[in-house]
Amino acid sequence: MMARIFAYIVHRAGVAEDTAAELAAAAIKVDAAAPATAIVCGWGAELDAVCESLRASYAEVWKIANEALAYPNAELIRKALVKVLPPGCIVLVPHEHFGIDLAPGLSIKTNAAFVSDVLAIEGIEGADLKVVRQEFGGQANAHVRCDISSGAVITVRPGACKPLEGASLGGAVVDKSADVGTVNAGRRYLQTLVAEAGDVDITKHAVLVSVGRGIQEKENIAIAQDLADALGAAVSCSRPVVDAKWLEKSRQVGSSGKTVKPKVYLACGISGAFQHLAGIKGNPFIIAINKNPKAPIFQVADVGIVDDILEFLPELTNKVREMRGVSAK
Amino acid sequence: MEILVCARRVPDTSENEIALNSAGNDIERDELVYSINEPDNYAVEEALQIAARAGGNVTVVTVGGEDDEEILRREMAMGANHGVLITDGAFAGSDGRGIATILKAFVQKGNYDLILTGVQAEDGAAQVGGMLAAMLDYPFASLVNAIEVLDGKKLKISREIEGGNKEMNEIDLPCVLSIQTGINEPRYVGMRGIRAVASVPIPTYGAVELGVAAGTVGEAAAKVKRVDYFVPTLGRGAEMLEGDREENIEKLLQLVAAKGGLK
Repeated sequence: MMARIFAYIVHRAGVAEDTAAELAAAAIKVDAAAPATAIVCGWGAELDAVCESLRASYAEVWKIANEALAYPNAELIRKALVKVLPPGCIVLVPHEHFGIDLAPGLSIKTNAAFVSDVLAIEGIEGADLKVVRQEFGGQANAHVRCDISSGAVITVRPGACKPLEGASLGGAVVDKSADVGTVNAGRRYLQTLVAEAGDVDITKHAVLVSVGRGIQEKENIAIAQDLADALGAAVSCSRPVVDAKWLEKSRQVGSSGKTVKPKVYLACGISGAFQHLAGIKGNPFIIAINKNPKAPIFQVADVGIVDDILEFLPELTNKVREMRGVSAK
Repeated sequence: MEILVCARRVPDTSENEIALNSAGNDIERDELVYSINEPDNYAVEEALQIAARAGGNVTVVTVGGEDDEEILRREMAMGANHGVLITDGAFAGSDGRGIATILKAFVQKGNYDLILTGVQAEDGAAQVGGMLAAMLDYPFASLVNAIEVLDGKKLKISREIEGGNKEMNEIDLPCVLSIQTGINEPRYVGMRGIRAVASVPIPTYGAVELGVAAGTVGEAAAKVKRVDYFVPTLGRGAEMLEGDREENIEKLLQLVAAKGGLK
């Protein structure tokens, strides 16, 4: 018999995240004949609202109401899940900050195989589930086989599975709260500190000159700023630039930074990690300039140029200034 | 505070163009530049800073082969007190769970208050820290971007969550934390520093010394196996401008203007 499939639902303020619908689609890729069950942990009216909203896309919705789970502390939720999950099941979890916190330890505690950050699920072959992952910062993909005979915990990359249209499964909400009882952990949530606003709001700009590791040093940020000034654009960046303290966190585009919706996005010396791409919305025109022809950014950009940004950008800036000078007459 | 950092030597993706070998079962490794996995280097720096504030020792451990000694020496040149190489033919082909099993055996031979890993390595799996914690029944937190030692028994930590927000937690020791890049500014390591530790002996441990049963690690125990590599095709692919620089700039500006980006 095929293993039972569960999807862990991440939600906020009474609303399931987009990953809830994506995992429903992912579950069908694992086994179209085994309807998936949503697992939702939380507390109060918000939890009830989330459970209700999932009934269309899941065959069953397991509700775990517990005041200790009002904030999703992965250490507590892991302990709750271990108490309710049947042996040998397959658990799908979104690969974001919560899933990364929860899933590896959950696989140990349920004695299940673990595969993370899955881009595509190709289906079951014998005892194995065949999936696609990415390695080397997106420069190479890999087919991976996972032995699911004793169950599996699989984290799925947000956005990788397209949600199904018009599902109406009408799944029942099943209250599993009593099976969990009290949970406690050696890690306690204190509070969430909201990111500081910063000097420039990159979410408000139609054109972004975005720089990555290829800018090489702090002094070179000025090269990007010159171009941005000439274009009437703002300078944004990818994670390595913030890690190196060359620009403030408020300038970072990505899942752990800002979500931007420009018309034109100039990706300069940016490799194109998925966490960065996750912050670019609204289908902008993406122009990528990178000296590595294998950079993943070229797979998603509209136009690509293989060149050294430290030489290319100043020449581009001069040309823009020249044009502006002409058009001003 | 006794701190253990689990580190790994990886092909540096920022320095390499990754190409597949002709068989498609591996990447072309001959010309690759290797370095310490970047988040692991931040983890070592964080360990050194904690030890400087709260006292204690920093040990860096890696599971690998002889070639991996170079990252241990590099981190010792940064200031780590000890480097340890865990190596055994029986460990080859281990999946994440296998690596965590090996590290667990090593941890239990010592007396560590705090265990750090980088958030992820070149395979992007972000798995070993959380697995190790669960095996040890230690609390775990991932994506940690600030650590404050409250007393000898607990830490206050910040996790990087969506939108640049920070999730603040208190966590009991001993615990395992996976460290996010940007948590600190790792110190520079010069050739002189590396030469100074060049002759420091690095102890090695194998399956027998660690008491790891052969059937629990290595390729035979791995439930997760890579079948092959292939070239990704995420999107439709960019239209590549292949003129000279001046032509490319002309064309780029036409496109930017057409998209309303030159007003």
